Amino acid sequence: MKLSIGPIQYFWDRQRVLDFYERVAESAAEIVYLGEVICSKRRLVSPEDWLVIGNDLKQSGKEVILSSLTLLEAASELGALKKLCRNEGFMVEANDVAAIQLLSAAGKDFVTGPSVNIYNDHTLRLLARKGLKRWVLPVELGLETLKDLQAHRPAGVETEVFALGRLPLSYSARCYTARSHNLPKDDCQFKCLDYPDGRLLKTQEDQDFLVLNGIQTQSALTHQALDQLSELNALEVDVLRISPQSRHALRTIEIFDAARNGADLGPLREELVSLLPLGACNGYLVNQAGMDDGDSKVA
Amino acid sequence: MELVCPAGNLPSLKAAVDNGADAVYVGFKDDTNARHFTGLNLTERSFEKAVCYAQDRGRKIFVAVNTFPQPRGFDRWKGAVDHAAEYGVDALILADIGVLEYASERWPDLRLHLSVQASVTNAEGIRFYHENFGIRRVVLPRVLSVSQVAQVIRESPIPVEVFGFGSLCVMVEGRCLLSSYATGRSPNTYGACSPASHVRWEETEDGTNTRLNGVLIDHYGQGEKAGYPTLCKGRFQVGEHTFYALEEPTSLNTLSILPELREIGVSAIKVEGRQRSPAYVAQVTAVMRAAIDYCMQDPREYQPKDQWMRKLADVSEGSQTTLGAYHRPWQ
Repeated sequence: MKLSIGPIQYFWDRQRVLDFYERVAESAAEIVYLGEVICSKRRLVSPEDWLVIGNDLKQSGKEVILSSLTLLEAASELGALKKLCRNEGFMVEANDVAAIQLLSAAGKDFVTGPSVNIYNDHTLRLLARKGLKRWVLPVELGLETLKDLQAHRPAGVETEVFALGRLPLSYSARCYTARSHNLPKDDCQFKCLDYPDGRLLKTQEDQDFLVLNGIQTQSALTHQALDQLSELNALEVDVLRISPQSRHALRTIEIFDAARNGADLGPLREELVSLLPLGACNGYLVNQAGMDDGDSKVA
Repeated sequence: MELVCPAGNLPSLKAAVDNGADAVYVGFKDDTNARHFTGLNLTERSFEKAVCYAQDRGRKIFVAVNTFPQPRGFDRWKGAVDHAAEYGVDALILADIGVLEYASERWPDLRLHLSVQASVTNAEGIRFYHENFGIRRVVLPRVLSVSQVAQVIRESPIPVEVFGFGSLCVMVEGRCLLSSYATGRSPNTYGACSPASHVRWEETEDGTNTRLNGVLIDHYGQGEKAGYPTLCKGRFQVGEHTFYALEEPTSLNTLSILPELREIGVSAIKVEGRQRSPAYVAQVTAVMRAAIDYCMQDPREYQPKDQWMRKLADVSEGSQTTLGAYHRPWQ
């Protein structure tokens, strides 16, 4: 199984982004997804910067994919998407059906991200005819459904599973980070910059529940598939995705790298959980509520 | 502008038709539609009667088959498509690419609408479904401002339907997993958000707690009216504050912007609420019918009447209404 680094979900300042990818170049990950997927107002790293970062990573031997914005609202966002889909250097990860339409019309191969709804093999086959080369399993689907999908997977299509990260759960017209500061979206004052791992939302009983990340809502717990590594391997999953947090991202890649190379999972799991912002969950993979820690024992 | 109203059972369908709906949308009694609630939706017999009742009176009937089947369930979705088609419904409302492919090949003459659950917010997305499956109308998610809806209509190859009234989804539909994160069941997989099976009401010394699979969604003090624990409409803590961090319990109401919706070329107005009572359907349909008629006859003079606003507030969540994302400051 290959390892990929998903697009940064948060708004990090430019230097933090550049430093991060310099270190990624040295990491064991084979695939890197680049670009802003949440909010078109986050422009500290420009589209041109992403191309430069992408070319540098390519030089370091990485496969680089450019990820598209997930929720398109303004005409300018569709314009930016068209430009992205016209790029000649890199394959694109479609996070909205608009990108699939633009790429397939141009005869270009593409990847679909976790927010494109591929829930059955009929959908998978149709998109394969349109140029799909790799797809990310929607995060709410479990191993049983993955097994059925893998059994009918078209030739030439790779399967990627979201293996570590706060779960992307929803997208809205409203910016919740701005709202939490009593600011309208149009005058958000870029509050997301203050929360490099998103802003925590707790229940009135202090249970860590969700994380606000601009217009996106994430899980407060970090979804981890380390416990299911042998099943994912047996199901011939091609790529494991690590969605980066602001801290320890590189160490978590090393942990998954060691795990795929057969290291003892017990100590790796213990260390991994200690590095997560607020603890682990994996319920989706075992057909439970996503927030559940379904099978915390390592076999 | 066509008025499209909800019906979760035969009495609601009759209420919609009798009060002036141009079209009524329904679903079957299983997880093939996004209002999969106990005691709701149409059995085979009531479905047959529903089709006759609407069509005999010159109204249309649409069937929502708008959830996302996984491989083991796919035949159930095919069955729902076939069943609706065999009864000669006026349109199917679909979301899943695999189901759209099946329906467009098996029933090439049947009119297909793209459900809000397909999560399409722009003309390129619409083109994908139009070119591949021949969809003839799209229902837009509740995430666009009026000017953004206008932009989509200008570029769309097919007519556009928008939500006009009802409970407000604040997340883009079809891509919201909050419910399955808490309960294992989502609109996509199960056809329900914040399912009743996982709801608990708990009396405490100082009021009422509402929980979803154990997670405290809200706490109501003595004398405060407790609402249903829809996950995105609870009070949570962010930083130092406890508030409706995502959205208040409120309903969408577009009466005040009907002339704008007409002006930008909206083809149909949808009312949410297949899970609501026949009385709700009757009340909302009657108000929307009167408002749309007035707006179409005299768009410049049009003003929403106070009595309409009161009637709609009476049946709204938390008795409050909002323009939602149509109105930029809401965002």
